[in-house]
Amino acid sequence: MLDQLRMYLGFPFVQYALIVGVLIALCSSLLGVTLVLKRFSFIGDGLSHVAFGAMAIAGIMHINSEMLFVLPATVLCAILLLRTGQNTRIKGDAAIAMISVGSLAVGYMLLNLFPKSSNVSSDVCTSLFGSTSILTLSLTEVWLCVGLSIAVVAIFLLFYNKIFAVTFDEDFSHSTGTRVEAYNLLIAVVIAVIIVLAMNLVGSLLISALIIFPAMSAMRLFRSFKGVTICSAVLSVSCAVIGILISILAGTPVGSTIVAADIVAFLLFSVLARLGVGARKA
Amino acid sequence: MAQLTCKDVSLGYEGHVILSGLNFSVSAGNYLCIVGENGSGKSTLMKTILGLQKPLGGSITFGDGLQNNEIGYLPQQTQVQKDFPATVWEIVLSGCQARAGRRPYYNKEEKALARENMDKMNVSQFARRCYRELSGGQQQRVLLARALCATRKLLLLDEPVTGLDPKVTLEMYQLIEQLNREDRVTVIMISHDIVSAVKYASHILHIGHEVFFGPTQDYLQSALARRFLTVEGGDQNA
Repeated sequence: MLDQLRMYLGFPFVQYALIVGVLIALCSSLLGVTLVLKRFSFIGDGLSHVAFGAMAIAGIMHINSEMLFVLPATVLCAILLLRTGQNTRIKGDAAIAMISVGSLAVGYMLLNLFPKSSNVSSDVCTSLFGSTSILTLSLTEVWLCVGLSIAVVAIFLLFYNKIFAVTFDEDFSHSTGTRVEAYNLLIAVVIAVIIVLAMNLVGSLLISALIIFPAMSAMRLFRSFKGVTICSAVLSVSCAVIGILISILAGTPVGSTIVAADIVAFLLFSVLARLGVGARKA
Repeated sequence: MAQLTCKDVSLGYEGHVILSGLNFSVSAGNYLCIVGENGSGKSTLMKTILGLQKPLGGSITFGDGLQNNEIGYLPQQTQVQKDFPATVWEIVLSGCQARAGRRPYYNKEEKALARENMDKMNVSQFARRCYRELSGGQQQRVLLARALCATRKLLLLDEPVTGLDPKVTLEMYQLIEQLNREDRVTVIMISHDIVSAVKYASHILHIGHEVFFGPTQDYLQSALARRFLTVEGGDQNA
C-alpha cells in the first residue's frame, strides 16, 4: 500500500490536490469558531448555495476560470445577507433562505437548459459534492488558491484580537469605539472567499461541514479561544490530508471522505471530553 | 463641567417614541442609578448613551475631557457568552482594544493594565480558567475588570446584580462603591433593585410616566419615590 501511495504522490495532480486541500482546510477552520458563536453558520450555508448558482451562470457564460465570476458574486451576496440579517433577525433568516434556495433552484435549472456535457446529473453532482474536481485543478487555479489562502490567513492573524473581541461581545466593542460593522463585513467577506475556495475541495453542499466540524471538535476539549483556534486548524488540516489520501487509495469521493474524517474526529473528541481529558487545560 | 449631558433627548425604536424631553447630566465622581418600570426605556437609554443607537431627538454630549470611547461598559450576559471558549485573561485583555487601536496585538503596558485590573477585581487566580466555568459573581467581576481596562473615568453598568445570590450581590455593590469612592470612577447603573439604588447612589434618574432627576435625598422626599419604593421594595421584602 505504501508503494502505491508513493507512486500516486509522484503525480503533479495529486501534489496539487494535497497543497490546495491543506490550504483550504486551514482557512476554513480559522473562522469556524467565530461562525458558530456569532450564529453566522446560517450565512455560511446560504452562501454555499449562492456559490452553486453563480457557478452555473459562469458555466453557461463560458467563463474560462469560473472562480473569477463566482468569487465576486458570492462576496456581494455575503454583504447583502449581512445587511438584511442585521435589521431584524426573523426577516434576515427568511431573506437568507430565499436567496440560498433560490440560487440553488436557478442554478439547477440553468445547468439543465444549457448543459455543458451530455451528463447533466454528473455535472450537478460534481458541483454539489465536489467529487473529483480537486484532482483536475489547473496550475492557475492552484496559484489562485494559494494566493487567496495566504490572504485569508494574513487577515486572520492581523485582526485576531479584534475578531475575538467582536465575536465575544459586539456591544462592548462598539462602546469602546471599535468599528464593529466594518469587522462584521470583513468576516463576511472572508467567509465568502473561504466558501468559494472550499467549493473546489468538497463541493457546495459540504462546505459548512468543513467550517463547523473542526471548530466544534476543538471546543469539546479546549477552553481558550487561542487553544480552540489552533486545535481546529491542526485538526482540519490533518483530516483533509487523511481524507485525500484515503480517497486516492480507496477511490472514494474526495469531499465526502474528508467530511467523514471530520465526523470521526468529532466523535473521538466527544468521547475524550466525556472521559474528562482536557478539562483542566487552558 | 459635566462628563455627560443629555439635553431634551427622545428615545425609541424605529420612530416609535418611548420617552421624550429627557434632561439630565452626570459630573465626575457621581453615582447615578437609573430606575423605572420594565419597558420604561432604561436599556434603550443605556444603548443610546453608548452610541449603539441614535436618539430620536435632542443631544447627548460628552465633556470634562471624556471621549465617547472612554466608557467602560458592563453589559448583561448574552446567550453567546454562555458557551464561549475563552479564558479570563483573553477576555480582560480585550478591554484594551480601544487603546490598541489599529495595532493588531496588545503591548506590554496593556497587558500590565489587564493584570492590574484583574488583581483589583480579585480574579487573577482565574486568569487561565475558562470564563463559562466561573460562577455568576466571578463572571461579573471579570467583565468589570475588562470594563476598567477600557476606562478610568466612567462605568456604565446594565443590571450588574441580576441572577446573583444575596451575598454575592452585596459584594458586587461594595466593589462598585469602592471604585466610585476610592478611584473616583463615575458610575451610571441601571437597576431593578430600588432599595439598593437609593442606598448607594448619589443621584437617581427615574424614568417612566413621571420623570425624576436629582440627588438621592430629594428623590426620597418625592411622592414618586414613596409610591415606587412601597410597590417595588415591598415586592422584594416579601
